[in-house]
This record gives sequence, structure tokens and C-alpha cells, in this order.
Amino acid sequence: MKAKKIRVLVAKPGLDGHDRGAKVVARALRDAGMEVIYTGLRQTPRQIVETAIQEDVNVIGLSILSGAHTHLFPEIMRLLKENKAEDIIVIAGGVIPEEDIPELKKVGIAEIFTPGTDTRDIINFIKEKVK
Amino acid sequence: MEIVKKIINGDRRAAAKLITLAENDFDKAEDILKELYSYTGNALVIGITGPPGAGKSTITDKLTKSLRKQGKTVGIIAIDPTSPFTGGALLGDRIRMQDLSTDPGVFIRSMGTRGHLGGLSQVTQAAVKILDALGKEVIFIETVGVGQAEVDIVKVADTVVLITMPGMGDDIQIIKAGIMEIGDIFVVNKADKEGCERLITEIEMMLDLNQNGQWRPPVLKTIATSDFGIQELEREIKHHLEYLKESGELEQRRRESAKKEIFDIIQEKWKEILADSVSNEFLNEIVTKVVKRDEDPYTAVKKISDILMYSYTQGGKK
Amino acid sequence: MFDKNEIKKIKQLREQWENSTIKKTLERFPERKDKFVSGSGEEVDRLYAPDNLEDFDYFKDLNFPGEYPYTRGVQPTMYRGRLWTMRQYAGFGTAEESNKRYKYLLTQGQTGLSIAFDLPTQIGYDSDHPMSLGEVGKVGVAIDSLKDMETLFDGIPLDRVSTSMTINAPAAVLLAMYIAVAEKQGVSPDKLKGTIQNDILKEYIARGTYIFPPYPSMRLITNIFEFCSKEMPSWNAISISGYHIREAGATAIQEVAFTLADGIAYVEAAIKSGLKVDDFAPRLSFFFNAHNDLLEEVAKFRAARRLWARIMKERFGAKNKKSLMLRFHTQTAGCTLTAQQPDNNIIRVTIQALAAVLGGTQSLHTNSRDEALALPAEDSVRIALRTQQIIAYESGVTETIDPLAGSYYIEVLTKNIEEQALKYIEKIDKLGGAPRAIEKGFIQQEIQNSAYQYQKEIEEGKRIVVGVNKFQIKEETPKGLLRVDPEVGRRQVEKLRELKETRDNQKVKVSLSALGRAAKTDANLIPFILDCVKSYVTLGEICDVLRSEFGEYKESIKL
Repeated sequence: MKAKKIRVLVAKPGLDGHDRGAKVVARALRDAGMEVIYTGLRQTPRQIVETAIQEDVNVIGLSILSGAHTHLFPEIMRLLKENKAEDIIVIAGGVIPEEDIPELKKVGIAEIFTPGTDTRDIINFIKEKVK
Repeated sequence: MEIVKKIINGDRRAAAKLITLAENDFDKAEDILKELYSYTGNALVIGITGPPGAGKSTITDKLTKSLRKQGKTVGIIAIDPTSPFTGGALLGDRIRMQDLSTDPGVFIRSMGTRGHLGGLSQVTQAAVKILDALGKEVIFIETVGVGQAEVDIVKVADTVVLITMPGMGDDIQIIKAGIMEIGDIFVVNKADKEGCERLITEIEMMLDLNQNGQWRPPVLKTIATSDFGIQELEREIKHHLEYLKESGELEQRRRESAKKEIFDIIQEKWKEILADSVSNEFLNEIVTKVVKRDEDPYTAVKKISDILMYSYTQGGKK
Repeated sequence: MFDKNEIKKIKQLREQWENSTIKKTLERFPERKDKFVSGSGEEVDRLYAPDNLEDFDYFKDLNFPGEYPYTRGVQPTMYRGRLWTMRQYAGFGTAEESNKRYKYLLTQGQTGLSIAFDLPTQIGYDSDHPMSLGEVGKVGVAIDSLKDMETLFDGIPLDRVSTSMTINAPAAVLLAMYIAVAEKQGVSPDKLKGTIQNDILKEYIARGTYIFPPYPSMRLITNIFEFCSKEMPSWNAISISGYHIREAGATAIQEVAFTLADGIAYVEAAIKSGLKVDDFAPRLSFFFNAHNDLLEEVAKFRAARRLWARIMKERFGAKNKKSLMLRFHTQTAGCTLTAQQPDNNIIRVTIQALAAVLGGTQSLHTNSRDEALALPAEDSVRIALRTQQIIAYESGVTETIDPLAGSYYIEVLTKNIEEQALKYIEKIDKLGGAPRAIEKGFIQQEIQNSAYQYQKEIEEGKRIVVGVNKFQIKEETPKGLLRVDPEVGRRQVEKLRELKETRDNQKVKVSLSALGRAAKTDANLIPFILDCVKSYVTLGEICDVLRSEFGEYKESIKL
């Protein structure tokens, strides 16, 4: 019995409640045949990492619009490392200024999808990375 | 085996990876599961089922919190349907269990049905064993109880809690139609809603009609969001476990469960052997002959079986 | 309004026109698309004429401005009397920084304040709470105690400025702080003008900054209604918000429907708590979104006004004219702003602001061009404000009342939006009202479906977003974006520590336990909260007491 599926955790770290983007992406990934675990709002970095481990996801997709990414993303990456789970691909989206992107990539975020991104680009990115 | 050692030493990541392997490629997982088997059999398995929106996740969440207070470790397997059109799934049960995600004594795994319903109960059984070996003392299997296939999955549990709620319209019919007999405990959640008493009466009446065996399932009221009735539900689960042990039914159920697992695996295996050793062209040819009355279906089956037996004994397949 | 024979004639001639002229034209020049749709996806016909408005009745459907059903506006002279309040939503960092921004905006000709609080404040956490890490001062100003509020309004006379506060779950606490600051300035509550958002239902639906479950949340809201009806006659006790519902992806029809359904739930809750409809309904205000489809949006505002008036009169038997009037604030649609070619956003905002003005808004916030990228920089905020001023003083649309009335298209749109919104409201009634429909996930699901649809249309090229899926260019990384000083969090925590050392902690204890006891009864909690804030109890401390009494809300998501 073989039925491999790409598993993605779509998570909203921090306190902002704008989940339109996260939900649209979650649906688009599902419609692309992936298994999407959605955790709801106000997730702490520890909750996100722990969930990613238990669910053994290939990808974590983070959505944030509050500006707290500079604090929260590095913390998530640190916890992944601490749990020897750096192999999980982390992507992010939301209101993230262009000038923050190099720093976030340096801590290990694979890609940042800024407003206006086509969901097909996200799908392709994931399919390309998870092989 | 390294991974088995890791799991019995409580390595969450290893356990999670093995569940994925069982979902993705069961044959490969099998070798590990073989070795893991001797470390399993300790957990109490509770099935939670019922129609969508009845509050299964919330009740699982509350029961887990209560068990944690008593020092028990918990595993949760939450199953949601995979879309038959896209093959994808949105697994959202964790939303109602957010507080549990950082509790080291709890392990939650969401699974999609992935369209292989026969194989699903096989995978679920594997996941139960993995969490069992990981050291979880109580394991919940949560699934939407709408059809026979999903019902089969929770059948492997020691105790099945069937959750419903007032005002679901036709859902009582669904319960009547298929899954009534599997409930060991009935819960009417959201009991502050209109129609609660009527629903309880209906369930009680059905239970009276279907009475078979010594255990008469209790019907409980809960309002899970405010903890109302959770303690009593827990008491009844314990009560049922005692009954299972005293009456010898636990032994019986575990035999049934093992038997079911063996047959599930046999079925899946032979299906695979069939797919691997008999080409579609050949199958189509035979079907054409049967339709044209050039051959009867019984002889056709005999022919196919011979091929299967041959490829099995010749080591074409394990 | 139209003569029956005339309509008949128009129908006949229209058919001829379609069958001859149009048919021939289409053969040679086909139209751009097979189907034309509005911004909300409603099909739009080629032409509107009196035959689309057969039953149109001027007095029943429009009437004069300031007259029931207020389709043409709530005031008899509208902008000829007074322009709308230009109110830019602002706030970031510490109270000191925000105070400076408010003073700047007031010197630039802004006529009212609109306070943005940071997320910890909106969710009832102090700046030193673990959940607040990285969020302090980010999307608004951080307020932990009355001390911060005193700084925020330092040098701003509260008897002369009207203030709107976007605060919901802990609305009672911030309102109490505002009253306390005013008192220190020597201004009594009855002199205060402004609005508190105080709309929890849309938080569950779309915005996400909830704390408590629906029942105790509704109690806090009706407590505020009661308190305001007695003590604060010029204060809007709630701003029932469709803005965020629209931002989450709703259509214009859904925005009207779900907002008014929420409104109905608040009115019902207040009546149930023993208030008389005409005692509080005049202090209900609304908050809508202004999206891109200019004419559909104008119609939306008119439809909302008419439908609300009819609901208040027919469903709740309100007698006071003010109870029937839907007064609203508008913000241009943040979700339409693009990160690509951000200057294009200025034009989008202009069209949206024009819709709000043609729709008869009472106050307006215009978004800044850079808000898809970061918090707005000062020069961007100035352009946004100037946009309003150009509409007000140069465009000419303010010189007469409801200038688009009588346009066949506008009136058809107004009628359709009202009818379809009413259908939704009836459906929500059947589900047991807005709180139940939210609990069931019905409203959220409807919105998510629309949002997903919208996104797919963009990706399939059926919907054009200039600079995003058409007319793209290669762009430089934008520079000069506003950054919140990362030190804000640390400074705020420091201030908090100082406060806790210097305040009278005995008083803190006493007022907090009085609040805890009151929460167990059905007393109005506002006086107790006022006592707390005056004793410099922090926002987090107050909310923690209420959390332990009320519990916390958990979202129920259907995707």
C-alpha cells in the first residue's frame, strides 16, 4: 500500500487575527492534493514546532501580519534546530518588508511569499522542494 | 533496530516518522512494526466517533486534560476525510486541542483517510501500536462516524464513545442506520440546546430495542465547552473498562481486533499482489470474455488465482 | 414612480434595440467578456433603465435626506452643513510616540482621533506577558495602565476632540481609562465625544482579537451600553463593524448582511438585559469598508442605511428617529492595497474614498499607499489625508446631497444588495441568530468561500489587479518604511515594573477583588473597572481576573 502525501502545517504565530491569507493558502494546498494541518490563531513558536514534529510535516507555512516576525521566526528556527528537525522546510507569508527578507533567509526560512503571491507559486515551490 | 529503540525511549520524532512511513509505504514500515510489536499491548484504546460538529475534538481535549491531571500519558489519533476529488485534506482537529500541543505527556497525530479505507484501519492500528510503544497509556482514536468504513476504524478500540448533539436533524437517522451497535457509551453533547431531552429519549428507546449482551450503554449529557459532564463520562469509561475485564469481553474484543487486523492485512496484501502480478490488459481481456459469455466468471477467478498463487510462491511478493 | 405604459414601451423598445442594434454591433465588435460582474461577483447587465425599477417608489424607497428610511443620508443637509470627520487610524510604539503623531495629524487638519492599540493591549495582555514578546507597540500603541493613557492624550483637550478607539474584548477597560484621563483634565463623561468599537461578534468572525466566550462578552457590551446611555450621551457605545468582515473576503452583500445581523444580536442582547430600545439605539454606530467597485459600494452604503432603518422600525419598534439612523465610519479597503507599485494605491484609495463620500459616510479613514508593506510613514499618511481633503474641497461631490440617487444602475444595485442581505439575515435568524451562526461556523465559512473564490479569479486572470497580475514591472526594494523601535517592548516592560513598585498596591488588591466578586453577580461591571483603572491596576491584571471568572474563547474553525 503506497500513498505518499506532502504534509504541510499552516500556522499563525503571534497575536494577529488576520487569517484570510492563511486559510486561502491552506485551501489551495489541499486542492493541490496535500494534507494540511491547520492550527488556528495565536500559536507560540514552541506550539508550532511541537506540532510540526508530532505531525511529521514536510513543510511549515507561517503567516503573520503584525510585524512580530523579526522576533518569532528566528525563535521557531532555533527550536527546530534544538529538536533536530531542521530538515522541515519553513516558508512564510504576510506583511513582511522586503528589507527583512535576507535576515530571515539567513536563519533558515526557505522562502518568503509577500502580498500578491499566486498560490500556484507556493504549490510549485513546495512540490519542487519536497521530493 | 535503532528506530525501535528510539521509540520505546520516548523519541517523538521517531514515532512520528514511523507513522508517516506506515501511511506512505506500509510494506517498508512492516519490518519495523514487527519488531515493535512486543512492546505494545499496554495502552487502553478509546474510540471517539459521531457526526461532524458534535464536539468530538472538544471532548477528547477535555478528557485528555483530566487524564493528564491524574498523571496518565495520552496519545490522540484524529482522522479526517480526504477529498476524493483532489486527494488533499484539511486536518483541523488540533485547533480544539491547542493547549495540549506543548504537553510532553501528549502526542497528537492527524491523519487523512487517503481514499484507502481498507488500508486505513490497518494504518490506524499501526499508529496505535506506535503510540503505545512510545509509552502513551491511553490512546484516543477520533473519527467522523458517518459511514461503515469509518466505523470499522473505531471498532478496534476497547471502548467506543458515540457523541451526538441536539438539533442535527437527520443525523439521528445516520446513527440509527449504521453505527448504533458500536457505541459502548452514548454522549449527547451541547446538552443546553433545545431538543436534548427528546434526543436522549430517542437514543434510550433505540438502545432498549437493540439490547444484546450484558452491557447496557449509558446515555450521558455533556456541555464540553464548560466541562459539564466530563467527569461522569470519565467515570463511565472506567466503569466500562472494569466491565470488560470482569466479563472477559476485553479478551474477546482484543481477539476480534487482532483477527480483524490479520484479515485486513491479508486483504490488502492480496489486492497488491493482484495489482502487481496481473496486468490490466489481461484483466480486461478476461472481463471481455466473461461479458461475451465466452467464459464464466468462476473459471476466470480460478485462472487469476492460479497466477496469484504462482507469483506468491515464486517470491514475486513477500 | 414610473408610468406603467412608459415602462411597457421601454421594455418593447429595449427588446428591439437588443435584437437589432446590439446584435449587429456584437457581430462586428464582440464585448470584452462573456460575463460582466461587479467587484463582489454579482452579474452586471449591459444597461439599466426604468424597466429595471418597475416598483420603485420615491417616498418608500428613498424619501428626503434625514427622513425614513434614510437612503439618501441621515442628516437633512449632509455635507452642505458639515463635512465628514477626517479620522486617520494611527498609533504605534509607546504612548509618547503616538501622542506626537496625533498632535501632528491635528495640526494637519485632521478633525478626530482614531486610536490603534497594539495586539497585546487588544487581547488583554500586559507588555511583560510571554505572549506579548515581539508584539509590543507593533500594530498600535501599547497601553498597560492609566499612566500610558495619560501620556497618550497629554496636551490634547478631550472636550474638543472626538476620539475613536479600536478596542473590543477589553473595551470596557480602555473606555474606563479614557474617562479617567478626561476627569484629570477636568472634563466630565457627558462632555466626551467619540466611539468605542466594542464589537466582539466580528472578532469571532473575522478579526481574531477575542478573549472571553460570547456570553460574558455580550454582558460586557451591554454593560457599556447601559453606562453610556446614562453617563455619556454623546459617546457611541459600539461601532458594529463590517470592515473586517469585508477584509476577510466577504462580498458587499455579505458585509451588509453579517454586520446588520451582528447589530440585531446586540439590540436583542440589550433588550434582554432590560434596556429600552430607544435608550441605547441612538448610540449605535457602524463601520464599513470602501472597496474598489465605486458604484456597487455607493449602493451598499445606501442599502445598509435603508435596511437598518426598516429593521429598527419593523422588528424592534423603535420610535426615536435617531434609533433608526445608521451612522457609519468608513475605511478604505486595506485588502486592495498592493505591495507591487505601491504608489498605485493612492488611486485605489481615491476611488474608494469617493465611494464612501458619495455613500454618505459620517467619518472616513483613507489608507496609506505603503500599508501592504509596513506601517505607514508620515508622508504617506499625509497624502492619504490630502486625498480626503481634495475630495472635500475640490471634487464638487459634496455640494449636493446623495448626487447619484436616481441613477438606474445605482438604484437597482441598492435594491439588490438590500434584498440579498435580507435573505442572509433571514437564514441567520433560522440558525438562531448571529452568535449561533458564528458558533456553527456558518458565517466564517461563507466568507472563506468568497475569499477563496476571489483569489482563484485573480489567479485565473478573470479579475485584474493592476501591477499584480497585469502591467507588472521590475521593482526596486522600497525604502524609508516605518520601523517600530525594537526597544519599545523593553521600555514598556521597564515602565510597568516601575508602576508596580510605586502605585498603592493595597488599593490595587481591593479594587481587583471587588471586580472579581462583581463578575460573579449580574452587576454592571463598568464602575468596578473604573475603580480599578483609577488605582492604576493594569489592563492585564483586570483581564486576568475576568478570564478566571469568564473563561476564554476557543475558535471553531471550518475550512
